[in-house]
Amino acid sequence: MNARHPGPTTDRYRLEQMDADADLMVLNFGPQHPSTHGVFRIKLILDGEVVVRAIPYAGYLHRGVEKLLEKLTFAQGVPIVDKNDYVSPMTNEQALVMAFEKLLKIEVPRRARWMRTIFAELQRVASHMLWLGTFALDMGGALGGGSGVFIYTFRERDYILDLFEMVTGGRFHYNTHTIGGNRHDIPAGWDREVFKVLDLIESRLPEYEAMSSNNAIFVARTKGVGVIDKDLALGLGLTGPILRASGVPFDLRRDAPYHAYDELKVNVATATAGDCQARAQVRVAELRESIRLVRDGLAGLPAGGINGGKPIKMPQQFKAMAGQAYVGIDTPRGELGTFVVAGGGDKGTAPYRCKIRAPSLHALSALPWILPGHTVSDVVVILGSLDPIMGEVDR
Amino acid sequence: MSMELILFYVLGGGALAFAAAMLLPNVGRNPIHSALSLVGTLFCLAGLYALLSAHLLSALQIIVYAGAVMVLFTFVIMLLNLQPDEIQPVRLTTLKVAAGIIGLFVFGKLITAITLAAGGAQSVDLTPHSAAIGGATWEGGFNGYGTIREVGRMLYTTFLVPFELVSVLLLVAAVGAVVLAKRSLHYIDAPTPPPAKLNRLANKPEAAATHDDHGHH
Amino acid sequence: MQGLLRGLVYGGLIITVLMTATAWGMWLERKLAARMQSRIGPNVVGKFGLLQPVADLMKLLQKEEIYPIGADRLLFDLAPFLVTTFAIATAAVVPFSADAVGADLDVGILWVLALGGLMVIPVWMAGWASNNKFALIGGMRAVAQSISYGVPLVLTSLVAVVFTGTMSLSGMVKFQIAHGWLALWPPGPGVIAFLLFYMALLAESNRIPFDIPEAESELVAGITTEYTGMKFGLLYVGEYVHTMVGSAIAAVIFLGGWDGPFHIASGLHWMVIKTVALFASVYWVRWSLLRFRSDQLMRLCWVYLVPLSVGLVIFAALWRHFVLS
Repeated sequence: MNARHPGPTTDRYRLEQMDADADLMVLNFGPQHPSTHGVFRIKLILDGEVVVRAIPYAGYLHRGVEKLLEKLTFAQGVPIVDKNDYVSPMTNEQALVMAFEKLLKIEVPRRARWMRTIFAELQRVASHMLWLGTFALDMGGALGGGSGVFIYTFRERDYILDLFEMVTGGRFHYNTHTIGGNRHDIPAGWDREVFKVLDLIESRLPEYEAMSSNNAIFVARTKGVGVIDKDLALGLGLTGPILRASGVPFDLRRDAPYHAYDELKVNVATATAGDCQARAQVRVAELRESIRLVRDGLAGLPAGGINGGKPIKMPQQFKAMAGQAYVGIDTPRGELGTFVVAGGGDKGTAPYRCKIRAPSLHALSALPWILPGHTVSDVVVILGSLDPIMGEVDR
Repeated sequence: MSMELILFYVLGGGALAFAAAMLLPNVGRNPIHSALSLVGTLFCLAGLYALLSAHLLSALQIIVYAGAVMVLFTFVIMLLNLQPDEIQPVRLTTLKVAAGIIGLFVFGKLITAITLAAGGAQSVDLTPHSAAIGGATWEGGFNGYGTIREVGRMLYTTFLVPFELVSVLLLVAAVGAVVLAKRSLHYIDAPTPPPAKLNRLANKPEAAATHDDHGHH
Repeated sequence: MQGLLRGLVYGGLIITVLMTATAWGMWLERKLAARMQSRIGPNVVGKFGLLQPVADLMKLLQKEEIYPIGADRLLFDLAPFLVTTFAIATAAVVPFSADAVGADLDVGILWVLALGGLMVIPVWMAGWASNNKFALIGGMRAVAQSISYGVPLVLTSLVAVVFTGTMSLSGMVKFQIAHGWLALWPPGPGVIAFLLFYMALLAESNRIPFDIPEAESELVAGITTEYTGMKFGLLYVGEYVHTMVGSAIAAVIFLGGWDGPFHIASGLHWMVIKTVALFASVYWVRWSLLRFRSDQLMRLCWVYLVPLSVGLVIFAALWRHFVLS
């Protein structure tokens, strides 16, 4: 090994290569750290408390989901991806089954598409609720005001999980989407329960805003912190609330409608500042918009069958011709894409290759750009404002 | 033995012990332990001041020396993080010999002064409110010796000019320290932004609505 | 010798009462926090979970003592004991009633401030001796915060000193019995001084929104990161005792100490009520607010609190000169 051909393990970011007079310190932030939202490591090079350089390292939660999907048949793959973005399992399933449906050219009945819309938006409410709580937790700590917000929002999320439980029997691993439709139909009286929960959440939202986004300390901690400008956001391929907070009104629900979004008009919330406060504002606005969408969706829910494919008896039932398909949907974290390649022939019962485009991974890739110049305290806030889910980043 | 005397021996012994610990080989090799021993010495001295009824001086000793000054001392020493093997063993140089001679001279002078003073006074009584050390007197006598009122009165009458001069000096030092310590973080090292132009959305952000290679119907 | 005996007895009494009060103060905090968060709080050990502090103590005593590699063992061991010692020693000069006072120093308030300032040394020792970067940053923050907020703490105490014309804590209470509580009188500046003192107190005892030295979401657990067992317990208890004694001192300086409202039934019980109320309010604030960033904390102190305190001192001097004399 010589200087021209450094070995594969050479770390390009060695402290010895930094300014010798700068008195820098390396702080390994994570993977075992209360605020990294899972197991995520950022190598921070600090001057005092100010970050000079930040190098994120992902991969501590790698479970080989994409490889696993190659080994399982199309129908078996669905419950596996529940655990990718473990705060929003519904949208994981949807992104996968929609790619499979596109590949297998299976049409989804209208009622199933509307139901998927309702599930996706309810899931967005639950996910953003959890985000609001953990974001406050990042700023107020487990032994402080943050945990109050966290427990309140966690309670609201639980109400939504109760709703999902009524439909699917599971609070977390739903496995309710099948290729060509939905497995479980909505039980009688479910819509009344949904309206009750939504009314409750909507009535409590101003309280949470007073405790978080309208709070003076919250504003002081988030305003002007972690600014991602439009060019950076576009250059890194950021999507979802982060991109919209940077002033790009891009939302797959509106711009490339799927599900029932062509019939339900989606108002895209945007902000221009691109800082943590803007991201918080966009997410809170999306909360309200999602509540409206669920109400409209339930009101206009068409009757009919919920499964367009043949009824499932055998997992090997689906056989794909050689081909490929990509579907991206707008999850609470951004564009979750599934790219699936089928080999056809004997191997046609399973994907030849399945690639999941996780929005959180792209969000985390912004860290080296936005962390330098901020203090260690801000690292936690910025990381929280990106709302990364490590299960999805590492897959 | 009165309680004051017991406390005097305890505090005096403590001060000496801490001072010795500062220089002992196994403790003295570690500069942090030495600095913290100095805090102990200053704390014991504060106790001695309290015994002499100088409560104000005692509290100020703790606030200023044991609290503020020594915190900064230990702060700096700890952040320098000197390892024991980095510290040079004591070697006799001309400077050190000279320092030793001067120290001995001052110490001898002190002994002489105390002996002379003790001879002048009838006795040195350690009980409070009669601490007529050396028989010295000043205008106003000993009424309220060591109390805040007396110290304040003297600071703002007899010693007003030196007092003000010292405070100006401290201010200058504080401002100077801020100026010296303040520096800009010029080496913040963020990567160059990625070329946004490569992104298909960057050139037509408004036309994102026509984005049609996603989704499925 | 009699004085020594009295000191020992009173000291023992103070330590016992304070530690007991602190243990159940923690229980009170947990119950309060639970109510604020729609939880139940401790309710398993004993009636209403009243024996929870005992259970916690037993748990802490049984835990393994771990020394991190490269830790300075002497300082690592010493720091928790010093934190608790200094916190308790502050209580020596607090007059809980006209009779219940350990040492009625004529510089009582200076003693309190001196020991409060001294507490930063063991905290910094703990942070440094742990050989952990999170603990080190926590210790650095603690030093910066303690030195900065010491300034408004001293200045607002000085306001009280100028008003009452004494540095003795019991002397302050006697003045307030004669002239009215400082937090209420003179109207305006007294309340502001009290609020500033309260904020500085929150900062000195590392409570939200000023708990950046601990900042568990950023620094894992700050200086206590590497501590286990009873040494962790002592660091923890030291903070609670500090808060408790600080509340007592705030009650003495600004809320009339053992004097009842309109002099009704003055006595020790009023002091206890005021102290517990202030202690609980610290935790009320703690469980309601988010946390400042360290530079915002310094800005708040030096840009707002310090000039305001200086102004209050000047006002107090003028008031004393023109109104009271």
